[in-house]
Amino acid sequence: MQVNIVVCVKYVPDATADRQFESDNTVDRVGVDGLLSELDEYGAEQSLQIKEKAGDDTTVTALCVGPEKAVDAVRKALQMGADKGVHVLDDAIAGSDAIATSLVLAKAIEKLGAETKVDLVVGGLASTDAGMSVVPAMLAERLGLPQVTLAAVVEFQGDQVRIKRDGDAATEVVGGTMPLVLSVTDQSGEARYPSFKGIMAAKKKPLDVWSLSDIGVDASEVGAGAAWTEVVETTARPPRTAGEIVKDEDGSGAKALTEFLASKKFI
Amino acid sequence: MSEVLVLIDHVEGAVKKPTYELLTIAKRLGEPSAVFIGPADKASEVADKVKKYGAEKVYVIDDAPLKGYLVAPKAEALQQLAEKASPAAILIPSSAEGKEIGGRLAIKLQSGLITDAVDVQEGPVTTQSVFAGNFTVTAKVTQGTPIITVKPNSAAPEESEGAAAVEEFSPTISDGAKTAQIVASQPRKATGRPELTEAAIVVSGGRGTGGNFEPIEALADALGAAVGASRAAVDSGWMPHSFQVGQTGKTVSPQLYVANGISGAIQHRAGMQTSKTIVAVNKDDEAPMFELVDFGVVGDLHTVLPAATEQINQRKD
Repeated sequence: MQVNIVVCVKYVPDATADRQFESDNTVDRVGVDGLLSELDEYGAEQSLQIKEKAGDDTTVTALCVGPEKAVDAVRKALQMGADKGVHVLDDAIAGSDAIATSLVLAKAIEKLGAETKVDLVVGGLASTDAGMSVVPAMLAERLGLPQVTLAAVVEFQGDQVRIKRDGDAATEVVGGTMPLVLSVTDQSGEARYPSFKGIMAAKKKPLDVWSLSDIGVDASEVGAGAAWTEVVETTARPPRTAGEIVKDEDGSGAKALTEFLASKKFI
Repeated sequence: MSEVLVLIDHVEGAVKKPTYELLTIAKRLGEPSAVFIGPADKASEVADKVKKYGAEKVYVIDDAPLKGYLVAPKAEALQQLAEKASPAAILIPSSAEGKEIGGRLAIKLQSGLITDAVDVQEGPVTTQSVFAGNFTVTAKVTQGTPIITVKPNSAAPEESEGAAAVEEFSPTISDGAKTAQIVASQPRKATGRPELTEAAIVVSGGRGTGGNFEPIEALADALGAAVGASRAAVDSGWMPHSFQVGQTGKTVSPQLYVANGISGAIQHRAGMQTSKTIVAVNKDDEAPMFELVDFGVVGDLHTVLPAATEQINQRKD
């Protein structure tokens, strides 16, 4: 069976680095080391697992919107095993909000779909920078596709997809028919590390770079100027003042802990 | 004064605390109108509850035709209601579903969306905590109807009597919104403890528990707290994912967070760093968690916690 999969991958500042804002209150995406958002690795992993089950006719395309360095996120997905990459790169995109990002992704997916019908659009739980967790739902809205999101377990048979989702108040089983938008959580299964062979093979895989005009998006629809929200101010959180730390000796720790909690009226 | 729509957070008509927080916030922005998408026979009960927190109107949308499907029908219903009511803002609980509803609604209404607000003031101007709690961002919506998802514990619920005039609203749900079907639903088992994201106190355990959460649960019960877990504890299979605090789990912001046997990786800190008071118990005096604490005990949680629990229980008697 042939399944045409597009997996969305985001390039984010490394969460363990010193992340900052630019003077215009956008996320600094250049001055800080970046990488493929950890949570998107799970989307790539599930896409590859579906490919393995569905057979070799299946293609996995890694799609990324971001600045020049964001190509690293596409490369990582190719190294993991994706077949080809698309990087939407355009200076006008800088500062885009989730609304504009979802527009660019949707238009790029439509362009891919014009070549071969797209069966599955796959995303992660959230990005590790802005972390809104809304882009897959927005893509479903824009593309008019079923939204089968936040999967902890993914199963498919023919064109039927079934997921287990840990909802807010219940665990749900949700089903839909391809084409659809799927998003997966970090519960869906450990993402693979690229093998040496995978890293070498990735160098020969096709990687297209598209501009906004290639996908039919006007520059005025994206970027900071087109955002429907505006950051008023960003403030670094003052460092926490060092607290009191005691060493437990013969039960002194429990006593001190109880005293502390009582002094703060938690008991 | 314009209406402010508040989507009621509930399970089968049992209204949850974040609803009252949202109504309290809505009063700052306009006239609160609560929106109940749920079983119609629970409507009057729900109206009585939200009336006490200032709801002037209660829109009732019977969920019988909606509830078999994921998210999309609720977004459609809210879109149609918003087009009718022309609200000054729409406030939605910042749950996984709430954010997805917000995302779809933003595109439908061509309106700006802000997620995970921890405060909303007149304007509306929102406050968010980002980059693992290292930055505070204030923002506003510049196009359309501000759609804001608000995190639990973002306001202290203030009682004030509203008119709570019930108005039934019947949206037209398109076939396109009924494509992701909820095949089965298993309500989460009640723990008898407060909800993790709403609790005033959270007691968490990590790798240092070695898989034994009894001391964590006993301390939590002594303090009336919710139980949380680090990713290491969840990945080891000791606790279900619904207990996970951190970047890929729940974000909590309680009055008191007690981290036990948790080293304090950035991913965990992202989920708890905005807690008002932080306490840690850890054998390793170099655990990064100690950098965050107001009070820390270097010691074995398996001896410190049971002793502290006993002393706390004695004090309460």
